[in-house]
Amino acid sequence: MESTLEQKLGHETTLVEADSIVIRFSGDSGDGMQLTGSQFTDTAAFLGNDLSTFPEFPAEIRAPIGTTAGVSGFQVNFGSKEIFTPGDEYDVLVAMNAAALKVDIARLKKGGIIITNTAGFDKKNLSLAGYPDGANPLEDGSLDNYTVHKIDVTRFTKECLSASGLGMKEIERSKNMFVLGLLFWMFDEPMDYTINFIKEKFTKKPEIADANIQTLKAGWNYGDNTEIFTTRYKVSPANLPKGVYRNISGNHATAIGLVAAAELSGLPLFLGSYPITPASDVLHELSKYKTSNVKTFQAEDEIAAVCAAIGASYAGGLGVTTTSGPGMALKTEAIGLATILEIPLIIVNVQRGGPSTGLPTKTEQSDLMQAMYGRHGEGPLPVIAACSPSDCFNTVVEAARIAVEHMTPIIVLTDGYIANGTEPWRFPAAADLKHYKVNFVTENNNPGGTFMPYKRDEKLSRPWVKPGTKELMHRIGGLERQNETGNVSYDAKNHETMTRIRAEKIQKIADYIPLVKPDSGKDTGKLVVLAWGSTSGSIKTAVRELIAEGYDVAHVHLRHINPFPKNLGELLSGYDNILIPEMNCGQLLQLIRAKYLLPAIGLSKVQGLPFTTSELKNKILEILK
Amino acid sequence: MTTIAEKEPAPKLTAKDFASNQEVKWCPGCGDYSILKQVQTVFPDFGVPKEDIVFISGIGCAARFTYYMDTYGMHSIHGRAAAIASGVKALNPDLSVWIVSGDGDAFSIGGNHFIHLMRKNFDVNYLVFNNQIYGLTKGQYSPTSEKGKVAKSTPYGSVEEPFNPSELALGAKSSFVARSLDRDPKHMQMVLKRANEHKGTSFVEIYQNCPVFNDGTFFAYSEKETKQEQSIYLEHGKPLVFGAGADKGIKLDGTNPVIVHLNENGNSVNDLWIHDEHDKTKAHIIASFFDTHYNGVSFPRPFGVIYSEDRPTCEDGIRLQIEDLIARKGTPSLDKILSGEKTWTIL
Repeated sequence: MESTLEQKLGHETTLVEADSIVIRFSGDSGDGMQLTGSQFTDTAAFLGNDLSTFPEFPAEIRAPIGTTAGVSGFQVNFGSKEIFTPGDEYDVLVAMNAAALKVDIARLKKGGIIITNTAGFDKKNLSLAGYPDGANPLEDGSLDNYTVHKIDVTRFTKECLSASGLGMKEIERSKNMFVLGLLFWMFDEPMDYTINFIKEKFTKKPEIADANIQTLKAGWNYGDNTEIFTTRYKVSPANLPKGVYRNISGNHATAIGLVAAAELSGLPLFLGSYPITPASDVLHELSKYKTSNVKTFQAEDEIAAVCAAIGASYAGGLGVTTTSGPGMALKTEAIGLATILEIPLIIVNVQRGGPSTGLPTKTEQSDLMQAMYGRHGEGPLPVIAACSPSDCFNTVVEAARIAVEHMTPIIVLTDGYIANGTEPWRFPAAADLKHYKVNFVTENNNPGGTFMPYKRDEKLSRPWVKPGTKELMHRIGGLERQNETGNVSYDAKNHETMTRIRAEKIQKIADYIPLVKPDSGKDTGKLVVLAWGSTSGSIKTAVRELIAEGYDVAHVHLRHINPFPKNLGELLSGYDNILIPEMNCGQLLQLIRAKYLLPAIGLSKVQGLPFTTSELKNKILEILK
Repeated sequence: MTTIAEKEPAPKLTAKDFASNQEVKWCPGCGDYSILKQVQTVFPDFGVPKEDIVFISGIGCAARFTYYMDTYGMHSIHGRAAAIASGVKALNPDLSVWIVSGDGDAFSIGGNHFIHLMRKNFDVNYLVFNNQIYGLTKGQYSPTSEKGKVAKSTPYGSVEEPFNPSELALGAKSSFVARSLDRDPKHMQMVLKRANEHKGTSFVEIYQNCPVFNDGTFFAYSEKETKQEQSIYLEHGKPLVFGAGADKGIKLDGTNPVIVHLNENGNSVNDLWIHDEHDKTKAHIIASFFDTHYNGVSFPRPFGVIYSEDRPTCEDGIRLQIEDLIARKGTPSLDKILSGEKTWTIL
């Protein structure tokens, strides 16, 4: 938050212009912080701010109330400049109880603002949060470096709704609206969007709608009337490219990307999926698109989910399965089948912290090697990754094209960070998306003889024949195929031939994907940051800041990991240093070193959290020294 | 299951038309040969064009079946044929889908998919060649092997209870449960036809002799010395009669089945239990003849259609929901999907 303008207002408040603000809404799982954060976000988006969000919640649906295990946070970074990350540190921390403060104080900027609900700091809450007996951070001076607003939100909400006729439970549930109203006042944002949202959400319960709106306004008025708040902040609209925008999360972008891919390819879409955090929202969202003839199938397990998708692709559909790491492990055998069948299949892995159940609600990039090599036998597959919430759309559209044109399963990697995070998206017009034709084979490719299901075209793709096609009946399966005829073959030489053809087919995809170029910086220089996936935003921010400070750095971000773009090795050789930051222990690092024999340096973080800009800048500067 | 062939009538196919050009490679004397022959024999009567038929199999001796049929087919992975077939049928309900599996493939590694397919009721046919042994892995006890089975992995006998497949299927809400055996071609043909006619998942258990690893395990039901006493052939609307010279019958005493000797103590065929394949309670009792001893008496093994029920199929559910929603709401344009409900404009 940089103040660029100060202006005295009539009633003794100062309006401070800021180019970006980070707010962290933090409270108990039941305090409605996700809703509060997303309402604030939507309003900021409508006002034209660029933004990025980071919802962070516990794995337990209802963790013990008041404990640090139950803290649910929603972070939003909104600005009048381009925003690529949810922010390293926040300017404002809303802490609804003692546990929330305890968990989230560490990343509040020095001198930042804390808004607390004092009711959440009573003896019981302090004890649940693990503060020693008698200690209270609101009283002991430990927060002296911050601006602390102690507000009894619970009491004000109760007073505000005393005549509403609602029960105490409903009344308490409205307290997040008080805070939201107060923040709208602080940041000079209108309440209309949220008022409409509440009215729509509670059309059947007008008394609840009224209570929420009343509390929201009470929060606003509290800011306006009391003299506690002397400063308000104004974040002007960002200078974003002209166009129509929507706000979108990665999982939603994946879902509509799949709907678009079905339309562009003319194939009926089939999703076989089994609920798993953080991928379930793709299943939920796609299930809403039945009017687009989307068939979604919640299978009995992860294996059935991928197998049903294989069945659908075999029958001539666009078969898709969505999952996260543990589910990927279960699907592995079936992915091997799809690999030898050589049929199109899209496998989306929304990565989370592992191994095993690991950190289900936290993010990580640690399934890259699993995607690359996690199959029995020699079974390379294309692997591509999305780099931001909206980029999930482009990534799955691209994945479908590769799967269909190259007759192969393809693995799409996203992760919990971009799957749940949101950003404004200047969505494309349908007319700007490229349609492509799927060539189902209906004629015998071996006139006079038996149809050859493994006779290939120039891409080394084999023919895709829909069951129901006359005269082309044939059998495929998991046993090794004889080259061209597709009959079962145990011949030693044939197995080697087929193994190499399957690998070459995947390698050939490199001829059909764009060359890679730096995202920021020049194509030679002192240092390049090479990365993939959701680290894009923080790297872009760090590298652009360093370039602005005069450093010779560049950023290259990979969508295609297998095969790599053809010019990657040559591009990387143009830099003195290669830094590869990853939310794993150095997986892309190993791939790059192995393939190009370049002495790349890794920066590894496995805390279930994204990189901060400063972590990246520090590492880059350390290397440049 | 029924598939309405809307295409122009083609010359009637023969059993030979359904044989692929691949050499059949089961062991000499394997019961699978008979099953293959009966399938190829009855398929021309179904009137379904070859190109509309899909066989999906998993892993095991039975799973090789797919390669021997001149239809579309996928020899997939162990236990997963039911899940793959579900995807095929969901995407294209016009296909006639047949799953071929064995007792290990269907009930052990594929057990979860088996029970869920029964519940979901896709209109597919599920043939399980039950030989009560693992054949392709060379002779381990299977989930249908009798307790005490001495096999490669159980040199001192298995300590586990076997599944009763009919009961398992009924418990999983199967809409069609039948049993036949390799050594009774006519009966098997009848059961296959019934399975084909049934709209919904048709589960057909076929007792199949493995001459190498479990020879003679079903001979009590197939050989003439014992067959009549040990097995009972069910026919809808007909009394439950069995035994040499049809001299025995089964009647119900409350919920207990009782074996009676006809022509003794004034017992009449008119007092016997009349098989009603739509009666689920009785189907459960018939299925339990498998291994239950009522009052110390063991019962003959039932063959034929134990249960059948008309209920909506899963693919119809999927399709009708989509059609209904499209009729009420229309299909949104891709532009509408891309924009979503809430947008803003930067000028």
